[in-house]
Amino acid sequence: MEVLQITGGFVSLIGAVFLFLGSLGIVRMPDSYNRIQTGTKATTLGTLMFLIGVGLYNPSWFPKLIVLIFFILFTNPVSSHVLARAAYSIGTELTKLTVVDKLKDSRGEDIDA
Amino acid sequence: MLSVIIIIALTILVLAAAILAVQTTNLVVAVISAGLVSLMASVGYLFLSAPDVAMTEAAIGSGLSTIIFFYVLNRVRGKDHG
Amino acid sequence: MADTLFLIAGGIIILSLFVAAIRFFLGPDPVDRVIAFDVLTIISISLIALIAHEAGRGIYLDVAVVYGLLSFLGVIVVAKYLERGL
Repeated sequence: MEVLQITGGFVSLIGAVFLFLGSLGIVRMPDSYNRIQTGTKATTLGTLMFLIGVGLYNPSWFPKLIVLIFFILFTNPVSSHVLARAAYSIGTELTKLTVVDKLKDSRGEDIDA
Repeated sequence: MLSVIIIIALTILVLAAAILAVQTTNLVVAVISAGLVSLMASVGYLFLSAPDVAMTEAAIGSGLSTIIFFYVLNRVRGKDHG
Repeated sequence: MADTLFLIAGGIIILSLFVAAIRFFLGPDPVDRVIAFDVLTIISISLIALIAHEAGRGIYLDVAVVYGLLSFLGVIVVAKYLERGL
């Protein structure tokens, strides 16, 4: 029992570190699209690991935590995708370091054809 | 010790978001800042051991009022909406 | 041992709440502020789980479910408004 609690503490500590890295990424990244991807991936993993750690400490909370984990796992990428599409369609600027923009190329071909 | 730090951090964030919501000239930023105020206030209510008030605040203040604000802003959309 | 680990995790979560709020108050574009709002909501879900763990009451996790639903709806509505198609 003691081993399970200490394991839960370590897992939730790693999740908190991932949350901090994600929130550091949205300050450091140069572009809105980079901020979207770092703010979604890292914080999703961090939240999942923190909730699993809390569930390992209190095993009777697992059904409610499973519902919460699946909810976050399904809705978080959808909202980031919708936000990225809206940001591209209102003309948010890419950073200077961008090498290739395939969406712009394909839309240009559509206009030509 | 952790509880005192949590409540001080939430209060600072609520105050800063409220000042931003009053001072800004962009309507989208003002509405999102007002949503952030009620979001952080909801965590504060939960911290003061009132989960029903926290749930109501999160549903009404941060969800419904933001959606209604954006619905109305979409209806009255002008040239300089931001 | 485990309580100390949860205490350190809580400190890191509070720190990341402030770091994400920097981008919210600084962001030049409305899109940046919406991203920061989303990240602040996700960090708040973890904070609610931590408060429920500290208080020892599992009923607090219901508030986290409501939080996740409302964050999703809010971001979708803002994105559709910015895309001029609500």
